[in-house]
Amino acid sequence: MLKRRIIPIELLDGVRLIKTVGFSAPRDVGDPVKSSRVYSDQDADELVLLNISRENRDVKALVDVVARIAEQCFVPLTVGGGIRCVEDAAKLFAAGADKVLVNSKAYTQPKLIAEIGDQYGKQAIVVGIDARFGATGFVLFSDCGRSRENVSLSNHVAAVVTAGAGEIMIQSIDRDGTMSGYDLNLLRAVIRGSPIPIISAGGAGDFMHLKQAFDEGADAAACGSLFNFGDNNPLRAKAFLKNYGIPLKRT
Amino acid sequence: MSIGIIDVGIGNIGSLRGALYNQGWDTQTVTTAGDLADITHLFLPGVGSFAVAMRRLHAAGLVDPIRQHAAEGLPMMGICLGMQLLADRGVEGGASEGLGLIPGDVGPFKTDPQLRLPHVGWNILHPQQQHPLLKGIRPDVDFYFVHSYIFNARREADIVGTTEYGMSYPSFVASGSVVGVQFHPEKSQRNGLRLLDNFCLWDGSC
Repeated sequence: MLKRRIIPIELLDGVRLIKTVGFSAPRDVGDPVKSSRVYSDQDADELVLLNISRENRDVKALVDVVARIAEQCFVPLTVGGGIRCVEDAAKLFAAGADKVLVNSKAYTQPKLIAEIGDQYGKQAIVVGIDARFGATGFVLFSDCGRSRENVSLSNHVAAVVTAGAGEIMIQSIDRDGTMSGYDLNLLRAVIRGSPIPIISAGGAGDFMHLKQAFDEGADAAACGSLFNFGDNNPLRAKAFLKNYGIPLKRT
Repeated sequence: MSIGIIDVGIGNIGSLRGALYNQGWDTQTVTTAGDLADITHLFLPGVGSFAVAMRRLHAAGLVDPIRQHAAEGLPMMGICLGMQLLADRGVEGGASEGLGLIPGDVGPFKTDPQLRLPHVGWNILHPQQQHPLLKGIRPDVDFYFVHSYIFNARREADIVGTTEYGMSYPSFVASGSVVGVQFHPEKSQRNGLRLLDNFCLWDGSC
């Protein structure tokens, strides 16, 4: 039986880890290489690394960090932020990424999803979708929450599935950094329209929030603040979830 | 002893090299038949399509030297696509002949519309028999899988472990000094590292 996954999200500003609230107000939370190593030792099922630096959208800095992490962490790595073409993805795969995540380019250049998939397999391409709840429903944003997109959530989900995405990471901008729980309405809406695995992100603040996401049908729960602040880690999260019969990796 | 990793551009070998280095093993990259000369423990990692990989191995002149390595009873491990290449033939990317080191064919998962493919994530290796590479690894622990095709081993005796995903299929095969694993030990944390270490300490006998 395939297991549900706990995935620490690491946000990068150049070479440092940061954590945001509502996609702004970044705080420095440490070194990505050391932090990845600790998460790997704490039985994380996968790591997601996203470069959200405003100034540095080039993948070069990311490539260096990924290479250093891949030397020490023997766990699947998903990497994103500033991927503009297949060559950018190729550099990240060569550095040790197992999957790449694209977000902004999924709106303007959906062909890129298929191009990366053709070369590295569908499983290697994750599409990130960032959403806010607005007056008329969910509104999507690209460019790390800075640019509003005009496509509806359901149409965009359908489009990225058709384009060949292997997984979707759905993130609530409203909940990011608030530790108040995932936006379950948002998660539900995406799961309903998607035959591919879903990673829930944005808002996890305690272990019950992870259980809620799994109960909705999420394949994986991504956590930033939950593991950045406070005395929590993937091992503890799993000890909690095990009591509820959630299928988790055995080691 | 000397550990070699075949690199013919069918996947990133950095993670495997890093995992072995972490366990205290230095590795050499094998790209030509000459590189293979003094290798005692050989890894064949790979991702991508069966036909393309076999073409690359042929182009590098490595097919017969690899068979020779196995014939000498020296340890060899195929990982993911590398495991599938050990079979007699595959159909991915057009029917093609494999290395023929472990009898069997490589084909797609049984088609089930409910089954999400590729099979990606953590899933259990169910041991079917004892093997030196499983020493110190508890039965029924999870390893990391990423694949759409499976190795249908012809001989029951070659199946060391199986995994369930819509069906039960061989995820660890072995014949003499040649072993193949469908999962990625280099991405499977503690148990994966243990398996790699066991391989490097193995003399190829069962």
